[in-house]
Amino acid sequence: MKILVAVKRVVDYNVKVRIKPDGSDVDIVGVKMGINPFDENAIEEAIRLKEKGLATEVIAVSLGGSANQDVLRHALAMGADRAILIETDVDLQPLVVAKLLKAIVEREKPDLILLGKQAIDDDAGQTGQMLAALLDYPQGTFASAIEIEANTLTVTREVDGGTETLALTLPAVVTADLRLNEPRFVKLPNLMMARKKPIEAINVTALGIAIEPRLKLIQVAEPAVRKAGIKVGSVEELLNKLRTHEGILV
Amino acid sequence: MTILILAEHDGVQLNPSVQQAVTAAKAWNSAIHVLVAGNGADAATKQAASIHGVEGVIQVNASHLENLIAEDVANLIVSISKDYSVILAAHSSFSKNALPRVAALLDVAMISDVLEIKANNTYVRSIYAGNVLTTVLSSDAVQVLTIHGSNFNAAALTGNATIALVDAPPAFDKTQWKSEIRSQSDRPALSSAKIVVSGGRSLGSAEHFEKVLSPLASKLGAALGATRAAVDAGYAPNDIQVGQTGVVVAPELYIAVGVSGAIQHTYGMRDSKVVVAINQDPDAPIFQVADYGLVADLFDVVPALTAAIQ
Repeated sequence: MKILVAVKRVVDYNVKVRIKPDGSDVDIVGVKMGINPFDENAIEEAIRLKEKGLATEVIAVSLGGSANQDVLRHALAMGADRAILIETDVDLQPLVVAKLLKAIVEREKPDLILLGKQAIDDDAGQTGQMLAALLDYPQGTFASAIEIEANTLTVTREVDGGTETLALTLPAVVTADLRLNEPRFVKLPNLMMARKKPIEAINVTALGIAIEPRLKLIQVAEPAVRKAGIKVGSVEELLNKLRTHEGILV
Repeated sequence: MTILILAEHDGVQLNPSVQQAVTAAKAWNSAIHVLVAGNGADAATKQAASIHGVEGVIQVNASHLENLIAEDVANLIVSISKDYSVILAAHSSFSKNALPRVAALLDVAMISDVLEIKANNTYVRSIYAGNVLTTVLSSDAVQVLTIHGSNFNAAALTGNATIALVDAPPAFDKTQWKSEIRSQSDRPALSSAKIVVSGGRSLGSAEHFEKVLSPLASKLGAALGATRAAVDAGYAPNDIQVGQTGVVVAPELYIAVGVSGAIQHTYGMRDSKVVVAINQDPDAPIFQVADYGLVADLFDVVPALTAAIQ
């Protein structure tokens, strides 16, 4: 069984992103970047399936500039066998990413495609479902557990108010929730070894897919900041404020 | 042009967020239809027909729609999509599973978790865990979006729309429903509760989480919430996580107990009307978003607060 894992390079989750002075976009020049956390869960799951003898090959794929090699090296150091970089400097939106991934799926013919459930930069949470739709594959989104037996993948999904379990006929698309697993730490020797693993670069134009953004960005802005209120000294004072000033808990 | 709202329901009750979606849909000043897919969800269908502003309700019954698998829901929406220029739903684990699939099948972009709908298919939504607002314009022929429920008032239940029955396309046979586990609770649903009591890692254990917060929540008729740290530590179940990757809430009162206030958490609660924070650390970031902060040992003041409430 072959597994394809899509990884996105995003601004590190600890960084508070700044806006360009003209409000045209966010300013991420020189900001610390890394692998999207949910995508790290996706790689971890793929590698565990390989370690259990259920998968034979794990391929990591990323889309973006040559800087994306760092997240692919990270995936290789975790245990992916090889990597593909679809090279472009255009800012890609989820529908386009899904179309480009579909082209790679058609070439590589994986039995399972794993992605993170959302990227922490655009918070869209669409790519996995869109890819499944374009391939007419079943989808298991927000996965917190998966099991594979023969040609069936059983997925437990985190939904509002509980979990639900589906059986998907492979090939299928699964998007990872944080609860799926605890990604391993990458050790330095693995990082060194990962340098020897191949990264194949494909220029996006070779895939013949229109990549222009559908959504036009008009502007970005800071949200209204919630103002800090006051400190109260006691439970009595707190209740008094809630009752007299807010009219609640009367 | 007509607007189609994908209704969320549990087989019996319509989710209250559908009323918020109807208010959002009124931005286009066009006829509004609500789709109730399921297997005999008659009560939910009637509720949908009673929402003010809804012109028609489309009820689709099929055994394979019983559990509302995304693949089947998407194929159904696509089968009736030629009549619609806008397809929307309130943002939830249900809609964000199905609607991106619809958008891809229609070859259009999707706009997730819209905060504000402006003229000419222009939308405001947040990125980077709510730290940045973006305004985007979609020129696609069909607009597919989810809306941030708490940003829209619920439409009144004073309408009387016509109900039409429509046939479902065949089942998507590569996905089979197995089972579900719904958390059993006497408390109100977290996403629509008027009061939320939320706990962080400072509670220290699942036992303390229950012992300290449950009595307060019970007395207030509140839902319980938790930070990701508390959930990861095993103090609270996954489905009550409030934040960027969990549930987003906007109650009238949010009481954060032992919550540090990471941006990923505040994203999920900062639209609350009144925020109370109880934390021993006077520098905890939660105080920057709290209306009333109490710097104290939660193990002392939460029982005292519980006792002081009538």
